[in-house]
Amino acid sequence: MSEALLSLTRVCADIDQYHILHGVDLAVPKGELTMLLGRNGAGKSTTLRTIMGLTTVTGGDIRFQGQPITGQSTPRIVRRGIAFVPENMGIFSLLTVRENMVLAAIGGTMDPARLEWIVDLFPPLKRFWDKPAGNLSGGQKQMLAIARAIIEPRELLLIDEPTKGLAPAIIDDLADAFEQLKRQQVTILLVEQNFNFSRRLGQSAAVMNDGRVVWSGSMTELAQDDNLQHQLLGLGMGEHQ
Amino acid sequence: MAADDARIDEPTGRAGPIARFHAFRRDKPHIFVLLTMMLAALAMMEPRIWVVLTISGLAMGAMVFLMASGMTLTFGLMNVLNLAHGAFISLGAFAGASVLLWLSTQANQPSLWTNLIAILPAFCFALLVAGLLGLVFERLIIRPVYGDHLKQILVTVGGSIIIMELIQVVWGPNELPVPRPDALKGAVFLPEWLPVAGGIALEKYRLIAVVLGLAIYGLLSWIIERTRVGILIRAGVESREMVEIQGYRIRLLFLGVFIAGSALAGLGGTLWAMYREIITAHMGDELMISVIVVIILGGLGSIKGCFYGSVLVGLINLYVGYLEPRLAAVATVALMVAVLMWRPQGLIPVIKL
Amino acid sequence: MNRLFSGDYPRSRLLSAALLLIFLALALGPFLFDGIRTFSMLGMMCVFIIVVASYDLMLGYTHIVSFAHTMFFGIGAYGIAIASDHYGSGYGALFAGIVGALLASVLLSLLLGLLSLRVKAIFFALVTLAVAFAFLSLVTQLYNVTGGEDGLAVRSPRELGPAFRPFDFQVPGFNIFGFLVAAVSSPGEIGQAFQEALFSVRLSGRHLTYYITFVTMVAIFFFLLRMVNSPFGRVLQAIRENEFRAQALGYRTVLYRTAVVVVSALLATVAGILFALLNRYVNPENTLNFELMIFILLMCVIGGMGTLYGAVIGTVLFLLAQNYLQDLLKQLDALVPADTLIAELINPDRWLLWFGLLFILSVYFFPSGIVGQLRIWSAKRSSGQD
Repeated sequence: MSEALLSLTRVCADIDQYHILHGVDLAVPKGELTMLLGRNGAGKSTTLRTIMGLTTVTGGDIRFQGQPITGQSTPRIVRRGIAFVPENMGIFSLLTVRENMVLAAIGGTMDPARLEWIVDLFPPLKRFWDKPAGNLSGGQKQMLAIARAIIEPRELLLIDEPTKGLAPAIIDDLADAFEQLKRQQVTILLVEQNFNFSRRLGQSAAVMNDGRVVWSGSMTELAQDDNLQHQLLGLGMGEHQ
Repeated sequence: MAADDARIDEPTGRAGPIARFHAFRRDKPHIFVLLTMMLAALAMMEPRIWVVLTISGLAMGAMVFLMASGMTLTFGLMNVLNLAHGAFISLGAFAGASVLLWLSTQANQPSLWTNLIAILPAFCFALLVAGLLGLVFERLIIRPVYGDHLKQILVTVGGSIIIMELIQVVWGPNELPVPRPDALKGAVFLPEWLPVAGGIALEKYRLIAVVLGLAIYGLLSWIIERTRVGILIRAGVESREMVEIQGYRIRLLFLGVFIAGSALAGLGGTLWAMYREIITAHMGDELMISVIVVIILGGLGSIKGCFYGSVLVGLINLYVGYLEPRLAAVATVALMVAVLMWRPQGLIPVIKL
Repeated sequence: MNRLFSGDYPRSRLLSAALLLIFLALALGPFLFDGIRTFSMLGMMCVFIIVVASYDLMLGYTHIVSFAHTMFFGIGAYGIAIASDHYGSGYGALFAGIVGALLASVLLSLLLGLLSLRVKAIFFALVTLAVAFAFLSLVTQLYNVTGGEDGLAVRSPRELGPAFRPFDFQVPGFNIFGFLVAAVSSPGEIGQAFQEALFSVRLSGRHLTYYITFVTMVAIFFFLLRMVNSPFGRVLQAIRENEFRAQALGYRTVLYRTAVVVVSALLATVAGILFALLNRYVNPENTLNFELMIFILLMCVIGGMGTLYGAVIGTVLFLLAQNYLQDLLKQLDALVPADTLIAELINPDRWLLWFGLLFILSVYFFPSGIVGQLRIWSAKRSSGQD
């Protein structure tokens, strides 16, 4: 296993007065696509938000490239090279697609070659380039959200449930896009409920339950062990055959 | 009226004139109200008077726009209701007036260029002082109460009292006469050959106010529509958290907008001071009423709405002020009530509200 | 006793003592303090306790910020003034003024509530500010009806005025404040101080008006206390805490809020009526001014929002400060060299500066005001004893 780009050690976090995370241990290996799995309410989304500095950390240590980032402000964490796509995608619906992309390029300018690559990856963006992003369909919004995250080279992408509510054909398109990113050795931490999608893309995996990481290892290991899946994720035997 | 609006939902395309009228009223309510008001006024008075009143109304609207734009932006972006905005107007007026009095030799020469030696520093000083106060005010008074409207109203009212009292400490409790620079006095005459409006005298200062107001509206629109900061502001109006997730410090953006809005209020105050030629510490309280009517009319948070709201307020003030001077203030508020009943969100609302 | 207070006691020994003291001072006031200035101040205290307590019903219990409270106060005052101006000083005129004012208030407050409360709570503050200003400008401009800036003298029935002398004899009064000062400064001559403190009061219609005001004030206070502790009051607090949830539970929150606005407006109108009778002179400055509105806000917040008792404490403190803080500043001002910045800052005319500062500090550090703070202290002490 390669070195960890991001590591969480016994991280506890609160949202308002509720304790959500009770000591999360997680390592995201550099250059791999890591799947963060678990049932609803296990704390997956909160883990991502905590990494981004959007919750109150009450204990533990978060390190990125060996540097502690615990308790830092969200913009500072972003500027260290972490991009985050939240569950609701966070598209600015009153802004045009172009304006959404312009903001995402923190450096101020979009690299034309990179933009071309992204537009090839997600062709609908070009078609609606100067239209308000609010007019996009759900799948197109997800494409825009991911496009925003990769408009500049980032060290790490955190993506929360990109397949949620999307039609199978669009999920396939997204999977292709992720394959491309994998080939470029981009480090990604993906929260997913869709196990087929996870199995297809994931290299390593971590499973959460009740605010903790209860299992971590390689995706192949998890994919081959029906017992483990049943025990960790409550998946029925053979459900996803 | 409102009920009609809800019913009409026809697809665009071929439609009769009545349906087109309804569609126009629904899609461009600001133009509709503006035209209705101007035509109604035209029907009630001589055309020549109407022209003079319209230009004067636009001048007043331009000044009110400067004062209101900052308040509508701080509300739209930061969800902060700053009731001390009127005190910023007063402070700007006193700051600008001080410079004009200090440079009164230059201000009293008949040459425009010599006058500008007094006017430009007066504007700059007003912008600077009001902007600085905005900085201090945001840090000390508003920062602790983000997200709590009740406390915002209370502390900004308290802050307003303190600023107005401090103005009286520094400049004394009495009214301060302000000299209008010589080149801005007097009137220009429209050429005789113009139909209807030929030979009408228009006060120079009002024309300058209109030009300045339009220029600043243009500048603000350009910043908001075209520049990166503008995109950021519009994004912030939609979702503050998402702006942070994109890597921008929203607090800094807040602070910047607040300072800019305060500075504009100060500039508006100086313009108003030169227009009225006499100022008091409490002038901001009265202007606040116009500002409030403007931002409710226009829709909180919208610069375009703020512009049209200002024009409407300026025009109705002048029209009604001519027909029945005693009812000018009442008519302004009545306009607000009427628009609120018709469109509770204002003429050009920002969707988040 | 429990019924009278609706189970909502001051809950602090110091607060109870202060309230009792205020009650006694107001009840026996005309016989405890000498001088016309103090007498009119006592009357104003009674009037403004009503105004501020009814404002607290909106601000403290429902979190509605209104800037039109003085408008309703003014409607009451001008109702009496205009009626007496037209119909003379009889009881018929008085009655017509009262009914007219109350009706106007109900109509206007209904309109305001239904117009702006359905949009967004924060609109209400802005809309009321604008409407109150329009009203002020209307009253100032329509001078043939309202007297404009000069205002109107109120011609109340003879029995309510100073000319009415029901008794020939005089009632003894005892200047308690003067006596205490003299007793402390020269304790040896306490007997002489006692003699000097005695004064005599000739009862007149003014005293009758004062006691009508006082009794109305006490009745309204207990009515409000009952109201906020009734099921209706509980719903209001539920709306204040979480409007969305209250709506989800099936309460029509707009109706509740509008009801509060109407009740509050009516009580302010009653206070305005009493003000006109007491003061016998009504003008825009003493009834409708924006500054007066700010004063009401200050009294309510400094006393303690959402407690009602805070209205009493806040009003009394504020009126004392308004009357005596300026004297104090004058004395301080004499001590520092003139024409310096410090001299300007503590100029008696700048007393509002200091009150504004106190106001902001109290919003930040004592958000529940004096009453809330006293309750916190007493709760801490009693839990410390356990």
